[in-house]
Amino acid sequence: MGAYAARRAAVVGIGQTAFSRKDDRSELQLAAEAANAALDDAGLKPADVDGMITYAIDPTDEIGMIRCLGVADLAFTTRLPGAGAAAAATIHQAMAAVISGVCEVVLVWRSINQGVNYRYGKPQTGGAWLPGSGTGSLLWCMPFGAQTPATWAALASQRYMETFGVTNRDLAPLSVVQRKYAATNPTALFYGRPITPEDHQQSKWIVEPVLRLLDCCQENAGAVAFVVTTLERARDLRQVPVRIVAAAQSIPFNVEVISNYYHEDLTQMPEAVGTARRLYACAGLTPGDIQVAELYDAFTPQVLMQLEAFGFCGKGEAKDFVAAGHLEPGGLLPVNTHGGLIGEAYIHGMNTITEGVRQVRGTAVNQVENVQHALVSSAMAAAILGRA
Amino acid sequence: MTPTPQPAVIRPDPILTPDAAFFWEGAKRGELLAQRCADCGSLQHPPRPMCPACHSVHREEVRLSGRGEVYSWIIPRHPPAVGFTRPPVVAVIQLEEGIRIVSNVVGVADDQVAIGLQVEVQFEPTVGGYAVPVFHPRAG
Repeated sequence: MGAYAARRAAVVGIGQTAFSRKDDRSELQLAAEAANAALDDAGLKPADVDGMITYAIDPTDEIGMIRCLGVADLAFTTRLPGAGAAAAATIHQAMAAVISGVCEVVLVWRSINQGVNYRYGKPQTGGAWLPGSGTGSLLWCMPFGAQTPATWAALASQRYMETFGVTNRDLAPLSVVQRKYAATNPTALFYGRPITPEDHQQSKWIVEPVLRLLDCCQENAGAVAFVVTTLERARDLRQVPVRIVAAAQSIPFNVEVISNYYHEDLTQMPEAVGTARRLYACAGLTPGDIQVAELYDAFTPQVLMQLEAFGFCGKGEAKDFVAAGHLEPGGLLPVNTHGGLIGEAYIHGMNTITEGVRQVRGTAVNQVENVQHALVSSAMAAAILGRA
Repeated sequence: MTPTPQPAVIRPDPILTPDAAFFWEGAKRGELLAQRCADCGSLQHPPRPMCPACHSVHREEVRLSGRGEVYSWIIPRHPPAVGFTRPPVVAVIQLEEGIRIVSNVVGVADDQVAIGLQVEVQFEPTVGGYAVPVFHPRAG
């Protein structure tokens, strides 16, 4: 402990819109509604906000949010590279801003409406995926037919899977357990719709031999927001403060966000390994100190590789760790207890973070008992949340 | 005699960026190129305007052997890729010079594709008159 300055940071409010397949509201409206809900949850007013953070790739902008919420005067803004990998980097940045004193109250959000403006499931041959989107060198994939996030991610995972003998069938229990959590989560797109391993194996191939339909998040709409301030101020607010015990980011040399084919060893996720090393060092904790993990899961293999990177099992052992039922309710390490991006909704990992907050507060629909520390990860960044 | 009809070219064009245009111009001429630092000689892919080893901005283009092996591979099934009549094999190719590129494996049955498959370059045209390097199996 003690890696940071005397000021500490806490998540004090969370908010979200309803999640749906398609929404008639603009992304800015979704973001503003989620932000308002998060501020209300905290017992703060928009006038209290003096910092804003979102993803480089988010379609809303800070000026629009200021105009919607009536924010008086921002002292700090930043945007994070990395598409979904930016998710936990937002909490890292918010923590850094608050403990450094450059601002006091940071509003973080992500808004997505894939039915209207863009679709991640639709093949792309240019446009949004060019440099500047914060996503790396996707242009090297387009003319070869790798034109969707599913294809880029699968190409990065296939060597890991072939090396360790992980077949698509091994991904079934992971998809099944996440849908089990989603089935009891009323806000989930797949509320009340659990699946069986057979359902998984009968779902159509999206990218052979890696991903079937039920290994993939779905196109959807919604926004999620949270609010970070100092732990000192948090104690006077409406909710039980959720302390950011530690947060860390890692973007090693030659790592890319999703077209991640150029680093030395594709059987591991070096960005997650680097993040984990920094995170545990800052927190003074080990994997055994974590009771619940919310891991970015646009596609199921990403969960296996993060389980290994964060030290919950050995290299190549994640499929057996999952098969042993450790991710289940009451298991050794419940994972993606809201259903994950695959089961709840794909709000680009922002809902991964708010589920970690709920688990520490003790208000999750699939509440894990005695949560002292929750891990929230988007691989290139992660945070450990704990009771104040 | 009627000439054999050639299949229509529908593969999408590469996206040309200032630092990578040379790669696609080379492919158009049937050459597989990589960026080499003109000062320290290190090879880089994807191309970039500065050498990460010595920070030189002096670059030269070097022609590669075109031989390598499959390092990772997939077949995109759904939705269909734009510019292909059947699902392509997309692969990361480990080239014998030590760099990796994304490409296709052609001339092989889907169930014969595997990590370690020895391959060699050939070129296929794109819709706007460019070409891309793709790889076919070669005797190990």
